[in-house]
Amino acid sequence: MTALLRAEGVAKAFGGVQALQDCTVEVEQGAIAGLIGPNGSGKTTLFNIMTGYERVDSGDVYLGERKITNQRPQRVFALGIGRTFQLTRIFPRLTVMENMLIAAQHGGGRDGRFRNPLARAGGNAERRRATELLEFTGIASHAGALADTLSYGQRKLLELSYVLVADPAIVLLDEPAGGVNPSLIQHLAGRIRELNAAGKTFLIVEHNMDFVMGLCGHVTVLDYGTVVASGPPAIIRSDPRVLDAYLGATEEDDDAGPG
Amino acid sequence: MPAPGEPALVVDGLVSGYGGGDVLHEVSMTVAEGGITCVVGPNGAGKSTLLATISGLLRPRRGSITFRGEPLVGKSPRQILDAGLVHVPQNHSLFRDMTVSENIELGGYIIRDRALIARRRADIEQTFPQVASWSRKKAGALSGGEQRLVEFARCLMLDPALVILDEPSMGLSPKVLRSVFDAVRMMNARGKTILLVEQNARAGLRLSTHGVVMENGRVRLAGTGEQVLGHPEIGALYLGGSPAT
Repeated sequence: MTALLRAEGVAKAFGGVQALQDCTVEVEQGAIAGLIGPNGSGKTTLFNIMTGYERVDSGDVYLGERKITNQRPQRVFALGIGRTFQLTRIFPRLTVMENMLIAAQHGGGRDGRFRNPLARAGGNAERRRATELLEFTGIASHAGALADTLSYGQRKLLELSYVLVADPAIVLLDEPAGGVNPSLIQHLAGRIRELNAAGKTFLIVEHNMDFVMGLCGHVTVLDYGTVVASGPPAIIRSDPRVLDAYLGATEEDDDAGPG
Repeated sequence: MPAPGEPALVVDGLVSGYGGGDVLHEVSMTVAEGGITCVVGPNGAGKSTLLATISGLLRPRRGSITFRGEPLVGKSPRQILDAGLVHVPQNHSLFRDMTVSENIELGGYIIRDRALIARRRADIEQTFPQVASWSRKKAGALSGGEQRLVEFARCLMLDPALVILDEPSMGLSPKVLRSVFDAVRMMNARGKTILLVEQNARAGLRLSTHGVVMENGRVRLAGTGEQVLGHPEIGALYLGGSPAT
């Protein structure tokens, strides 16, 4: 079976730092997949490469059968990969609804034509769709509020709503639970499960282990830019290589020579 | 001054955070005089927040911090420096376009006594002869590990009693990690009590006399470095599924 999204043998260096090395990660159609690893292990770099924000040094990215390596972010988005960012990227001085309508103009049409986001925004269909999504994520009551009045967790919900406007085939979430209060985390997990039940595929980078392990059917672990383990949460949790990645190598381990 | 091994720094019931929420929930821990105490824990555990609160960069909402019997809560970062605590932050904190020597000199910017500055510099050169050999280089031209050593050298300008290090191993290869940890041992051997936060839990705990594991703003385990390292629950604290305490 072909994976819906696949990074194959990806390498990426920033100056002298090898951020990714021979990194292969696959996400099956219909999965909620997790991507974890200690700080600096390359998770966000891999996201950036999958979504066109960084170019690979070598390796390829496929969406289904289609090679999308080094495509521009707008193109990748139009092809059906939506993503959120670790630090939310919304327009703080626009209302929640205006943010949604801009999303509709950017990604709503899959034709990839550029449309002026400042042109009169919001036909009735677009507004209806935006309202539905805000209702789904639970922030519809804030539609008229400026985005910067939202709490941090609500901003994450806005970003998720924003990404869903384009109805992407797969959604990449970068630390959706980071800095979010526990009840909102539960709410977010519920929304993700519901979207998944309706056919949406997810790849999630997250440090909150209870969130990842509870939500994801498959977890891939990166360490030093390469995959050290991949499998269901129960297996990952008891994999000594994963523990090594998180707890670190000691000075003494270095004497053991290569390996 | 407490006897070696007795608590030098005592943190009790500390509640602290930024903006709306609390990051630290009633954190209590001690740092033994003359020892190396390592705080480890997964991302978001509150390790850096703990250090920032101890060094006065963040004012706690509740709880107390005392160093050698002197209460620190309410003191300014400058007064906390005077009390003998110096914090080496996580991010590259050197002035890249200045020389190593100038950077080290800046570590003593609150000292007015030129003779004392010269004495301190001479001490530092003895502790870290390597650093002295780079003195005319631009700090930005040094490797990550070398810059770490310069940051250590700089913090010694104030002759601190307690050196606070936030993730000294960050971004370093295992080989460089060793030289940086050797430098920590060297400072400790010269009488400095050390409190460090480490992401590399195994290496940090092995270096240390005492270990503390934090998770989600709370202290979950504490003991000697070895006890904590060998504790069966440490993996669960990192990978989730740990029994609530």
